[in-house]
Amino acid sequence: MKIHEYQGKQLLKKFGVAVPRGVFCQSVDEAVKAAESLGGNLWVVKAQIHAGGRGKGGGVKVAKSLDEVREFAGQILGMQLVTHQTGPVGQKVRRLLIEEGADIRKEYYVAALTDRTTQTVAMMASSEGGMDIEKVAHDTPEKILKVFVDPEEGLSAKQAAELATGIGVPAASVDSAVAALQGLFKCYMETDASLAEINPLILEGNGNIKAIDAKFNFDSNALYRQPEIMAFRDLDEEDPDELEASKHDLSYISLDGNIGCLVNGAGLAMATMDTIKYFGAEPANFLDVGGGATTEKVTSAFQIMLKNPKVKGILVNIFGGIMRCDTIATGVVAAARETHLSVPLVVRMKGTNEDIGKKILSDSGLPIITADSMADAATKIVAAVK
Amino acid sequence: MSILINKDTKIITQGMTGKTGQFHTEKCQEYANGKNCFVAGVNPKKAGESLLGIPIFGSVKDAAAETGATVSVIYVPPPGAAAAIWEAVEADLDLVVCITEGIPVRDMLVVRNRMKKREAAGGKKTLLLGPNCPGLITPDEVKIGIMPGHIHRKGRIGVVSRSGTLTYEAVGQLTEIGLGQSTAVGTGGDPINGLKHIDIMRLFNDDPDTDAVIMIGEIGGPDEADAAVWCKANMKKPIVGFIAGVTAPAGKRMGHAGALISGGADTADAKLAIMEECGFTVTRDPSEMGKLIKKLI
Repeated sequence: MKIHEYQGKQLLKKFGVAVPRGVFCQSVDEAVKAAESLGGNLWVVKAQIHAGGRGKGGGVKVAKSLDEVREFAGQILGMQLVTHQTGPVGQKVRRLLIEEGADIRKEYYVAALTDRTTQTVAMMASSEGGMDIEKVAHDTPEKILKVFVDPEEGLSAKQAAELATGIGVPAASVDSAVAALQGLFKCYMETDASLAEINPLILEGNGNIKAIDAKFNFDSNALYRQPEIMAFRDLDEEDPDELEASKHDLSYISLDGNIGCLVNGAGLAMATMDTIKYFGAEPANFLDVGGGATTEKVTSAFQIMLKNPKVKGILVNIFGGIMRCDTIATGVVAAARETHLSVPLVVRMKGTNEDIGKKILSDSGLPIITADSMADAATKIVAAVK
Repeated sequence: MSILINKDTKIITQGMTGKTGQFHTEKCQEYANGKNCFVAGVNPKKAGESLLGIPIFGSVKDAAAETGATVSVIYVPPPGAAAAIWEAVEADLDLVVCITEGIPVRDMLVVRNRMKKREAAGGKKTLLLGPNCPGLITPDEVKIGIMPGHIHRKGRIGVVSRSGTLTYEAVGQLTEIGLGQSTAVGTGGDPINGLKHIDIMRLFNDDPDTDAVIMIGEIGGPDEADAAVWCKANMKKPIVGFIAGVTAPAGKRMGHAGALISGGADTADAKLAIMEECGFTVTRDPSEMGKLIKKLI
C-alpha cells in the first residue's frame, strides 16, 4: 500500500526526522491561508498523488508571493497530472501540500528497503540526491552506499555515521544526518514498511538536515496491525477495478490486452497470461481467484473482467486441487448466465473432478469451448477473438 | 530415495486443531504412508487430547521428545506463524514446512536472522521450506502440505517451483506422459523465505533417484538466477526451466508478495536468458515442460 508525501512526512517527523513545516490542503483558499500561516516569502505548492515524477509533470511549483500560491494551487488542483509512473491518462490531483521554502545547499538520497539476498534491511545512501536513483544505480553504482542491518539490532550510530560521511555530509552536520538515518530505519521497521525513501534529503545553509520528499510502500500482510497506516489509505488513488476485486477477495490487476483470464493460483495465472502472449495475443488482466472459489466469487470475477470494454474473450484455466473442478464449472456456468456473456469463453480444467466439471459445462447448453492443455486453450481463445 | 522426506519421516503438525490444519492433515494421512508419518499435533490448550487419532502435545519440544519426529508442518494463522517457526527451530527439528500465507515480512526477517545467528553460534541447522508454499511430496511415500496427492506418480524427475498450482501443472504433465516425480517441492511465493531454488537443485543433484529436474520460477528476486549460475558449474542432470511473468508489468505485486519486478535483473526475460546461458532447456510455453523433459532423458 502507498501513501501520500504529506502523510509520509508526518510519519518521519514522529520518528525524529526533520521535515519542512507544511499544511495539507484541498482547496485554493485553504492553500493561500496555509501559506499565510506558514509565513515567510517562499512556498512550495506540491500536488499529492501516489505516483513519482510529479515535478517534471508540472505538479510541484515554487511560489514567491501569495498571489503565486493562489495561481499555482489553482493550476495544480484538479489537473490530470501525467508522470512516468501514472500512464498516459495521468492521475487527478485532489490534494495539495503547501510547504515553507528551504535553503537547499546539497541534495542526498537515503532509503530503507528489504533485501531479499541477505534477508536484512538495506539502508542506502547516495550523494546524488534529487535524481532518478535507478539511473544512478545503473550509470554510477559506486555512488550508492549500502549497509545491511539486522532487524533486531537496528542501525547503529556508527553505521549511520559511515553512510553520512560516505556521501559527503559535512562534519558539522553528521550528527543531524545520523539522527535522520536512524529515524528512517526505526520508522521503516515500526510501520511495517517495504520501502521508505527520502529523495532528496537536504543540507540547508544553516547546516540542518531535512527530508524534502517522502515515499513509502507498506507490506500488505502487516496492515492488520497498522491502524495508523490503514487510516492513510486513499481510495481515490487506487484502480477502481482492483479495489472492487479486493472486496471479493480476488487478486486482480488490469493490463492492456483483450483476453480476460481467470485462474487459480498466482504462478499459474502469470503462466496463463504468458501463454496467451506466446500464442499471439495479449492478456487483459491478471486474476487469481485463490483457493476457495465459490459461485459468487467466480461471478464477481466475470463482472470485473467484463467491465473492461477491451475484453473480447475470456480464458478460464483451473488446476483443481483442493478446489474441485465441478465447483468451478458450476460457478462458470452461473457467471456466464448471470452476466449474459456475449464474448467467446474457453475453459481448461485439470485435476480433481475434472470429468464432472467438463460434463457440467457441456450440459449447460452454453457455447463454452473446452480445452485440454494451456497451449490448446490459448490457441482456441486467440482464434476465437480474431 | 528422494529429497528431504520419505515414507519413514515423522511429522508434527503445528496448527492441526484449526480448520485448515485439520482438513489438510486428514488428506495427508490418507495419502500413501501418511497414517504412520503424522505422529503429533501441537496446541498448548489441548495437550493430552487427540484429533484424527493423532496425539496433541503442549509444545513442539514435547512432541519431538515423545514421538521422535524430526519435521514439522505449520498451518498457524499469520500473526503467530513466525513464532511457530521459531518454536520448531528451538526444538532442533531437521525441517520446518510453513504453509501459512500472509505472514508480515518483518516477522520473517526477524525469525530468519535469529535462525542464522543460532546456526552461527553452533546451534543445529534447521531447514525452513516456505512460508506461503504448498509444501512437498515424495509420491507413494508421504505428502506434507496442501497439494492434491492423486495427480502425482512415483518417478525420477524432480520438480521445484515457488508457486503451488504451477507446480501441479508440471506434475500433471509428467504423470500424464508416464514419467513421475522423485520429489516435488514448492518453495513459496514470499520475498523472505527459507530453502531456495539453489538449495533444492543441490539436493536433486545429489539424489541418485532423480534423473532430471523441472525448475519453475517467477518474476522478482534473485533466486532463479542464483540457482542457474550454481547449476552451470555443478549440476550433472538435465534441467527444463520456465519463468512465469513475461507479461507482468513492473512495479505491480502479482498475487504473491514476492512476485514484483523491482529492478532490471528480476524480469522473466532476464531470468530466462541467464538460465539458457547456464545450460537449461528453457521454454516460454509452460504446456511443454513435460515433453521437453522426456526428450532430455
